[in-house]
Amino acid sequence: MYQYVLKRLAWAAVTIVLISIVAFIIIQLPPGDFMTSYVARLRETGETFDEQTIEVLRDRYGLDQPLIIQYWKWISKIPKGDFGRSFATMEPVSDLIWGRMQLTLMLSITTLIFTWIIALPIGIFSAVRQYSLLDYLGTFIGFIGLAIPNFMLAIIMMYFAFTRWGIAITGLFSLEFVNAPWSFAKVLDLAKHVWVPIIVVGTSGTAALIRIMRANLLDELRKPYVTTSHAKGLGEWQAIIKYPVRVALNPFVSTIGWTLPHLISGEVIAAVVLNLPTTGPLLLQSLQNQDMYLAGSFVLLLSILTVLGTLVSDIMLALLDPRIRLQ
Amino acid sequence: MKKFIKQKQPSKRDSLYSASQWKLIWWKFCKHKTARISGFIVLLFLLFALFAGFLAPGDPNKTNQNLTYAPIQSVRLFKDGSLFLHVRDYNVSIEPKAMRRVYSESATDVVALGFFVKGPNYRLFGLFESNTHLFGPKNPEQQVFLLGTDRLGRDVLTRTLYGSQISLSIGLVGVLLSLCIGVVLGGISGYYGNYVDTIIQRTIEFLRSIPTIPLWMALAAALPLNWPPLRVYFFITIILSLISWTGMARVVRGRFMQLREEDFVMAASLDGASKKHIMFKHMLPAFYSHIIATITLDIPNMILAETALSFLGLGLRAPIVSWGVLLQEAQSLRVVASAPWLLIPGIAVIIAVLSLNFLGDGLRDAADPYN
Repeated sequence: MYQYVLKRLAWAAVTIVLISIVAFIIIQLPPGDFMTSYVARLRETGETFDEQTIEVLRDRYGLDQPLIIQYWKWISKIPKGDFGRSFATMEPVSDLIWGRMQLTLMLSITTLIFTWIIALPIGIFSAVRQYSLLDYLGTFIGFIGLAIPNFMLAIIMMYFAFTRWGIAITGLFSLEFVNAPWSFAKVLDLAKHVWVPIIVVGTSGTAALIRIMRANLLDELRKPYVTTSHAKGLGEWQAIIKYPVRVALNPFVSTIGWTLPHLISGEVIAAVVLNLPTTGPLLLQSLQNQDMYLAGSFVLLLSILTVLGTLVSDIMLALLDPRIRLQ
Repeated sequence: MKKFIKQKQPSKRDSLYSASQWKLIWWKFCKHKTARISGFIVLLFLLFALFAGFLAPGDPNKTNQNLTYAPIQSVRLFKDGSLFLHVRDYNVSIEPKAMRRVYSESATDVVALGFFVKGPNYRLFGLFESNTHLFGPKNPEQQVFLLGTDRLGRDVLTRTLYGSQISLSIGLVGVLLSLCIGVVLGGISGYYGNYVDTIIQRTIEFLRSIPTIPLWMALAAALPLNWPPLRVYFFITIILSLISWTGMARVVRGRFMQLREEDFVMAASLDGASKKHIMFKHMLPAFYSHIIATITLDIPNMILAETALSFLGLGLRAPIVSWGVLLQEAQSLRVVASAPWLLIPGIAVIIAVLSLNFLGDGLRDAADPYN
């Protein structure tokens, strides 16, 4: 077990290093280094700037030096929490992203739990009562959820809420709570708003999980041990929940690995449409402004988040299934 | 008569045993009703895309300053008791307070519709110039907007039809690209095994652990703004295939692993065939059907990804018309609330994605006809 966990940890570390290289490439992608374009922009708007500050910044990011040194200068500061500066506002990137990352993380985990709560029972039921009305209904809703782009779902929900009840369902907080410090009332307000993004982001994931659960359980239900447990006198649901569902859950847990990137991807788009104070809108904005340190840091942190999620799911799977530990 | 049937029965069974693999796949596919209907819809969409110029009543780039956000016109069959295909013309007035146009149906003015009428010029398949349209206003001076107009008074129906060309082709081209990468790398990975396999598998795992949308967004945003639209189109396709080849490679690898142990592979290698020859001449044809199924299931993901990127303004750009570019118009709630027909390209996306998914599911079930 320890060996397995260690192996996974090592692989996660390698992945994070590779991701940091990808993030660095993204930062370097726009033509010209970012200080040159920053200075050009300042000149255009006629703002004054201090030559000396620019020199200090150039030196700090090693902009005149080879790429490897630039990469090292960038990456070695990150563990200390210094992600560079947003050159649109000249604020440190870390000031801008932490609050938003927290909300993204909160939203992704809540959505994950939501998809599980919905997908598990529906998946089990549609496998046990295959070809029943509910099975068809579940499959149908599942396919619709898979086919509607997240942002379409968000727009449609906004449209109906607006035309039916005249309310705008954008944002995560009511106006009076946006800048308020965290309090019980604010959490309550969040709970009132959070279900829209949860449904928008979670629908396609739920659809996929229902299909996986149904397929897994159908495979298990055909096996002889299920017949045996029935023959030995276990009740129908007892015989299903106790053994086949447990076995069918294994591949289910391993899907967290790809559900999480999927959720975070969906969250980014839904956040733009619903105007949520999460990573999405700021990432989009930073890309439009070619504010690359900000954008690169987002890609880096969102990817690290998914790597950690996958790591947790792998370890959970190993705890659940001894065969994986021994491989 | 009875005797005749009795003789006939074994021959039917014989035909089952002697049928080729493709014939068996076709039979099994035909049993899948939703897949058959979906296949038909997909075919229809492809025809829409191919004959967009002929099917669309107007010109996709024609703007009408006086007809912005015009609502849907419904086709009427009768006028004054006799058969007369027409739509009622708009009565336009400007609401002074909100400064926007208000439309109502004119009781007297009509636009007569006809089939095979002359209209704006277009090029069929980009080759043949023509101006005949399947349907449209009989008088070429008039216009018809069956699905309303957008911010600049352009016809939504025409633009949605033209958009299908780009949206579907980006799916097809992107999938073909990821197929090439996926088959080669998946094949190498599955056939050679060992450390080659480990390296490729780790690469795939790594690529799949990055959340796709942020990565795509970052890469797409780096495309210079002054590039011609066609180059942007190709680079967007490449960016999308950069991740999606991994799924294909996994399928191919799994199949190669399975087939590697088969006798016919051993026989071929004893015959002195080269590894490349065995891989591409003997093993690959054995799972063409699986590849086709995977492709069909990948296309809708590609379409969704393009739509999302273009919707955010990072993907394709005007003057290219794709469903995602069209949906960009429907970004704000205010616009959608006053002109909900701008969401129609989204319905096209949903139908296309849904039917491709059903078709792919049917194909996947049929891909292994020996079960």
